[in-house]
Amino acid sequence: MTAGIVSYGAYIPIYRLSQAELAKVWGGRERPGEKAVANVDEDSITMAVEAALDCIGNMDRNLIDRVYFASTTAPYTEKQNASLVAAALDLRNDIMTLDSANSLRGGTIALQAALDAVNAGSAKKVLVVASDCRVPPPDSAFESVLGDGAAAFLIGDSDIIAEIEGSYMTSSENLSVWRRRSDTYVQTWEDRFIKEAIYTPQLEDAVSGLLKKYNVNLADFAKVAFYGSNAREHAASARALKLDKTQVQNPLFDKVGNTGSAFVPMMLVGALEEAKPGDKILTVNFSDGADAYALKTTAGIEGVKDKRGIKRHLDSKLMLPNYGRYIHYRDLMEWEVNRMHPLEGSLNIIWRESKAIIRGNGTRCRKCGHVQLPPQRICMWCQAKDEFDYVRVSDKQGELFTYSIDERGAGVIDLPNVLSVINLDGGGRYYGQMTDKVLDKLGVGIRMEFTFRKFHEQGGFVNYFWKSRPIRC
Amino acid sequence: MRESIKDKVAVVGAGCSKFGERWDTGIEGLIREATTEACADAGIEIKDIQAAWMGTFLGSQTVEGALPTGMLLSQSLQTQFIPVTRVENACGSGQEAVRGATYAIAAKAYDLVLAIGVEKLKDTGFGGLGAMFPGRWEPVYGAFSTGPGRYAMAATAYFAKYGFSPEDGKRMLAEIDVKSHYYGVRNPRAHLRREITVEDALKAPMIAWPLGLYDCCGVTDGAAAAILVPAEEAKRYRDDYVTIKGLGVGTSPGWFKEREDFDFTSWLATEAAAHQAYDEAGIKDPRKELDMVENHDCFSIAELIASESLFLCEHGKYKKEFTDKRAYYHDGEMPVNVSGGLKSFGHPIGASGTRETYEIYKQIQGKAEEPSRQIKNVRLGLSHNQGGHPGKFICGVVIYGAP
Repeated sequence: MTAGIVSYGAYIPIYRLSQAELAKVWGGRERPGEKAVANVDEDSITMAVEAALDCIGNMDRNLIDRVYFASTTAPYTEKQNASLVAAALDLRNDIMTLDSANSLRGGTIALQAALDAVNAGSAKKVLVVASDCRVPPPDSAFESVLGDGAAAFLIGDSDIIAEIEGSYMTSSENLSVWRRRSDTYVQTWEDRFIKEAIYTPQLEDAVSGLLKKYNVNLADFAKVAFYGSNAREHAASARALKLDKTQVQNPLFDKVGNTGSAFVPMMLVGALEEAKPGDKILTVNFSDGADAYALKTTAGIEGVKDKRGIKRHLDSKLMLPNYGRYIHYRDLMEWEVNRMHPLEGSLNIIWRESKAIIRGNGTRCRKCGHVQLPPQRICMWCQAKDEFDYVRVSDKQGELFTYSIDERGAGVIDLPNVLSVINLDGGGRYYGQMTDKVLDKLGVGIRMEFTFRKFHEQGGFVNYFWKSRPIRC
Repeated sequence: MRESIKDKVAVVGAGCSKFGERWDTGIEGLIREATTEACADAGIEIKDIQAAWMGTFLGSQTVEGALPTGMLLSQSLQTQFIPVTRVENACGSGQEAVRGATYAIAAKAYDLVLAIGVEKLKDTGFGGLGAMFPGRWEPVYGAFSTGPGRYAMAATAYFAKYGFSPEDGKRMLAEIDVKSHYYGVRNPRAHLRREITVEDALKAPMIAWPLGLYDCCGVTDGAAAAILVPAEEAKRYRDDYVTIKGLGVGTSPGWFKEREDFDFTSWLATEAAAHQAYDEAGIKDPRKELDMVENHDCFSIAELIASESLFLCEHGKYKKEFTDKRAYYHDGEMPVNVSGGLKSFGHPIGASGTRETYEIYKQIQGKAEEPSRQIKNVRLGLSHNQGGHPGKFICGVVIYGAP
């Protein structure tokens, strides 16, 4: 019984901020490219749910018995975040959930924990999700580099698409990038010091440690996916490791950016997307120590090419029109006082209706069979009372029946606000907000899907719910 | 045994405040303005009022969580310990006040009562409907969904169902806007008093696509009141009194817009209320028998679909039956909202129902304040409002007529 990767998935938010836009605002040298920026209603939780859904596809979700969620930007520091991801995925309750917090290696560390759990026989299928939405200090080197995204892997002991041939891990106490509890933004030290004293030894130790432990050569690997805090440093590391250009997994600094704890996991997804059966892949991640994995794809890799993953998400994008939109999305200014009555949050309602609000369930009437949402105790079609079963609708697609484009919606940051009515395949109708709006493609009859999003933070907690979205890609 | 309400109760006095952004007065002043005029019109004093029904959605919206009670009225008018009932059916609150008052008279519980609708929306410090914001009741499900956004979806659906291009559909709505503004100018108490052209409407800033600025009513303060007495005693007050011919309230089950078979272009709460009222009034062919209609035109598309749902023409035939024939003008075949409507006269939520009472009452008497919009020989008029939004309406209909 040897654990390996059963499936993978990734997520890149639809919005991109161009380096040209940053140069326009702050001056200085204009870099080429762009980076991925989470929509106003996205955070590390919602992106994790997206990547996880991409990963699990149509499989029976009841088979998943652990969720490990890795992030340095989880919305809650006291209260578990993995449980929220698991609930949005509508997983079983009798499972173990765990947050792998604080480290940019959180994702790859969680991967080892998942492999160990499966190898130990205490879990059959473990979902590992890494997601980060780090807000860089405005007008800093970080700002042009940090991007948002997520990646997910399902670890199990059957139907493996990539075997883990070996792994190597070190722990080392040092500071390279960090945030104290009181820090809004990430901090660092002189870049040459960090590179020479901390990063390079960590990287080289991990690589040589793994190669020696398993008696393999770097040249054996078709792709090497390794961390680098920016494009220059990453390229320098590739040279130091004497990697052939074809071996270097594209870190996508010019398209997505450094996505923190999701960065190396996303690179691994990118490598798996391109891999042929039998390809060897090496991943190296470092921060507070390092880890390296030697993977080898199986014939099963051909069976999971239907993922949105990196490639399809990359091609599906909207440019943020300007930097102002970005600072609104990340709430980076003190704004005009809101004279409107605010939205209200109610923990009671969120708790009571969590089956619908978080788990994305509607009901199906046992008498007339109609699917309805929100869940109804008295059927809205035949008025049968308490004769229903819960049924998940968040995984359904549908057709846009009607919509409007509200230019003034109060409290809406990403105006215009699109209100949508979706008739779902297999029955049921969703009446609610649309997000990731490609305005020029809107029209009655277009195909739609659901996405888990953040609505607001009234009540002092994050109010999540499902929105509609034109089928992304 | 159920009996029709027809001709049992009479309106013998009506009053209406100036509608608009009434910076000069609070909600109590609006109540006094409307009631004072209604009492003078009926030739009575405030102390003659034996009971009152007041329709208001949220009063003045200024004190969060403190909904108005009947004391808002007693305090404004200094009535002395009479029964006052505050009723609320959102935008249909005015009809509900008239309905409560009418039944009380018909039950012979009182000899003379007041029905009043009032809303003070402009003490909040912002444009828009403020506390209407749906997130207050639905933390996420209804969050961010506004009135314009919800009604605009009905326009999109209507255009799609009946094959209008967005351009043609918007032009049809623009014609309604032009008519509304035409009558706003011709009504001294209206809020919006400026004529516009179809091109103005088409070029106006978008509020919620496909609805532009002129497709939407403003946010207005106002109140309107009526004095009701038993029909057999009406002649003691005046000769040209008006009677209640029929009442209807249609309350949507709420979860209806979530059914896949609801297409947003036929409004069942309005149809239900209309059926009830037509049945009581004995109306078989509303288009032929009604001389005027004041319906809930908070948006141009609302006037259109409400007209169809009141059976003034077949569904989908509005352009042919109203726009092309200019039927909805005061000298047309089926005048609709020649007061300026909610759109131009204004829509203080709870006041609109009784404001329509005022308009129909004056038109039946031949006393439209500005004679150029007086409809000839009005015998029967219908007042309609609906609270909520397409697919989730509570609708009130009252039919008034010459005795």
